Amino acid sequence: MNITFIFLAVIAAIVAWWLSQQRITAKPWLEAGSIVDTGASSMPAAKIGLGLFLVIVGSLFALLISAYSMRMDMGEWRPAPVPKLLWLNTGVLISSSGALQWAQIAARRGKMDGVRAGLLAGGVFALAFLAGQLWAWRQLDAAGYYLTANPAAAFFYLITGVHGLHLLGGLVALGRTMDKAWRAVTAGELRLSVELCAMYWHFLLLVWLIFFGLLLLTDPIVSDSGLVSLICRIL
Amino acid sequence: MVDIGTVEVIPPAEVEDVELYHPKSWVTKYVFCQDAKVIAIQYSITAISIGLVALVLSWFIRLQLAFPGTFSFITPSNYYQFITMHGMIMVIYLLTALFLGGFGNYLIPLMVGARDMVFPYVNMLSFWVYFLAVLVLVASFFAPGGPTGAGWTLYPPQAILAGTPGQDWGIILMLASLILFIIGFTMGGLNYVVTVLQGRTRGMTMMRLPLTVWGIFTATILALLAFPALFVASVMMLLDRVLGTSFFMPAIVQAGEHLKYGGGSPILFQHLFWFFGHPEVYIVALPAFGIVSDLISTHARKNIFGYRMMVWALVAIAVLSFIVWGHHMYISGMNPPFGFFFATSTLIIAIPTAIKVYNWVLTLWRGDIHLTVPMLFALGFIVTFVNGGITGLFLGNVIVDVPLSATMFVVAHFHMVMGIAPILVVFGGIYHWYPKITGRMWNERLGQFHFWVTFLGAYLIYFPMHYLGFIGVPRRYYELGETAFVPPSAGTLNVFITAAALIVGAAQMVFFFNLIWSLFKGKRAGGNPWRATTLEWQTPQTPPGHGNWGKELPIVYRWAYDYSVPGAEQDFLPQNQPPAKRMPVAAPS
Repeated sequence: MNITFIFLAVIAAIVAWWLSQQRITAKPWLEAGSIVDTGASSMPAAKIGLGLFLVIVGSLFALLISAYSMRMDMGEWRPAPVPKLLWLNTGVLISSSGALQWAQIAARRGKMDGVRAGLLAGGVFALAFLAGQLWAWRQLDAAGYYLTANPAAAFFYLITGVHGLHLLGGLVALGRTMDKAWRAVTAGELRLSVELCAMYWHFLLLVWLIFFGLLLLTDPIVSDSGLVSLICRIL
Repeated sequence: MVDIGTVEVIPPAEVEDVELYHPKSWVTKYVFCQDAKVIAIQYSITAISIGLVALVLSWFIRLQLAFPGTFSFITPSNYYQFITMHGMIMVIYLLTALFLGGFGNYLIPLMVGARDMVFPYVNMLSFWVYFLAVLVLVASFFAPGGPTGAGWTLYPPQAILAGTPGQDWGIILMLASLILFIIGFTMGGLNYVVTVLQGRTRGMTMMRLPLTVWGIFTATILALLAFPALFVASVMMLLDRVLGTSFFMPAIVQAGEHLKYGGGSPILFQHLFWFFGHPEVYIVALPAFGIVSDLISTHARKNIFGYRMMVWALVAIAVLSFIVWGHHMYISGMNPPFGFFFATSTLIIAIPTAIKVYNWVLTLWRGDIHLTVPMLFALGFIVTFVNGGITGLFLGNVIVDVPLSATMFVVAHFHMVMGIAPILVVFGGIYHWYPKITGRMWNERLGQFHFWVTFLGAYLIYFPMHYLGFIGVPRRYYELGETAFVPPSAGTLNVFITAAALIVGAAQMVFFFNLIWSLFKGKRAGGNPWRATTLEWQTPQTPPGHGNWGKELPIVYRWAYDYSVPGAEQDFLPQNQPPAKRMPVAAPS
């Protein structure tokens, strides 16, 4: 549960910071009168909504990864090999996130062509990532690590599967944004949608990097270095 | 600190053109409606309906315990299915949905001074996904083999193995229903939180919010962080059951045959389940805390004692509730230092909780107490919550928990603290806000009758149950049979408890009759029958119209508890009442 606790500690820090902005030591019974600043954020509600949603999804992945590392500690653990293809997939997902970041910058500068190109590239890279993940599943399956082979394989399919489904959901939102991008006149109308897509993509990239890092550390080939047992003990 | 030396009334600002959804047909007005008030009613009716199913199931459980072997339709399998479904429905589909989906949807926009939730479309989806979850749950009653009988905790490996009732379809539908419920709840929860953050009207700072909103807000954040654990556990168990993975399934030999499973950990499920399960107690309790604070303050005509402490205590309880889940797993076996840690963290929760109880009592002290029906329920809650909470202090200790854990004592404890106590608040809340929701008043006599039968009856049911637990009557048993240590009088006591349970259950019909009868025949309530300060009572129309407020959103000038203010003309000052120009304002130092 350590990963979950690290995650919750980060959330608690954010909540504490937010509470400190809300004058929670005020004495409201003495303060009849008008207060202009209600403490609401100037950010659009959609952005806060997405931020909160990412916290929930973060909690989901923190728990999945916690369950994975807890199971690892419970003995009789035979790790599955990490397909080399995942390195390529990681690169593709980074490119996807980068393309959306580029679209976001273009939207801020009001460059419509840049927005469209960025969104398109981001979408294509994301689809390529998903295809790559499916291919990695096939490789593992062919190597005898099918879904029910052992818990390590099952966790791999589960976590990559949930991650892929979230990316697929993101692609629906990206598709709608692209639809808007090809019809909108100014980049200003698009800015919020593009920003939300980029935020979501960066988040999924972060989740992937953490999970991939954990996979590498627990890979049987790398594990001879003794690093693994150390990290496993910490997590 | 805000400079309030010079109080000026802000002129109503130009109201921006709010993008408010307007229903165009009957279907979009009453069925697929995006108005939070309608969604609240839909949530409440669905939750209460499925809750009635769980009530009837509890009767069956009690009939079996009192008269074992008398009723042919209660077989051992059925008995386990009844207790499973009773627990699951009451905790998740009734209480969670009713407090957050029902009270949350109705009260948050009105109390913060908003026209609606921030994402009304998602809010509508939330209800319909919840409704689907309930349908899937109900479907499991009609599936071959019936609903699951694995206990509401659904512990593997037995939950998905042959021999457990509902192993074919029941468990699959149960897990699918939970997954749907969590998806639906997440949609609603996003709305509740973001509306409180961003939807507050001018002048409504966080520290001017009524505690009801604080309670629902904190509970929702708790739920949003905790439900993913149940989601993960449900998905993993579903994969174990349907695709044959072994997340939670160790190698098992059944009837001399090796099953396909191997290498999984049942304890992992318990960690995930209780990581959700303990916060769930507070998901139900925190809204109740909030609502009860408002009921007590309003009906005792006195400001809530220690408002800031109340807010801080809510936050503290929410934080602590994430580090106590292990106290549900003492008898699963754990490292003694862990047991020590979980026992300590569990006992520490008593501190913020006790602060709340003291503050309620101090609010009552020298208040102008009106024993209205909502107030009776609020007082009943305090007493019941203290009772249930104190037995919780016993059970939080490892050495006390180990012998009591599988007995009726635990059943009595959690029914008092998270069954009866929150339900009393649900009733109090419904009686309190019914005049606003319908514009009519309920019948006072029937309400009092309902309170006394429910309150006293609940004690007749659960007090003796503690005693049964002490003498070692185990929980979850279909039939006690002959034991060396349980005296025959335990059977007599069980008959008594069953009689009380049947009466209390039947008395709820009085409540429903009162609600429905008053809808048509109750006398007009007026806009603010309780002379309350919070914004929902200040709406231009009662029941509040679409968009809640007229042309102008209200402006808030004061906190939610200006009751019996010295020197004021009336004994309450609504939150949107500007300060009198000449009234001297105490300047904070």
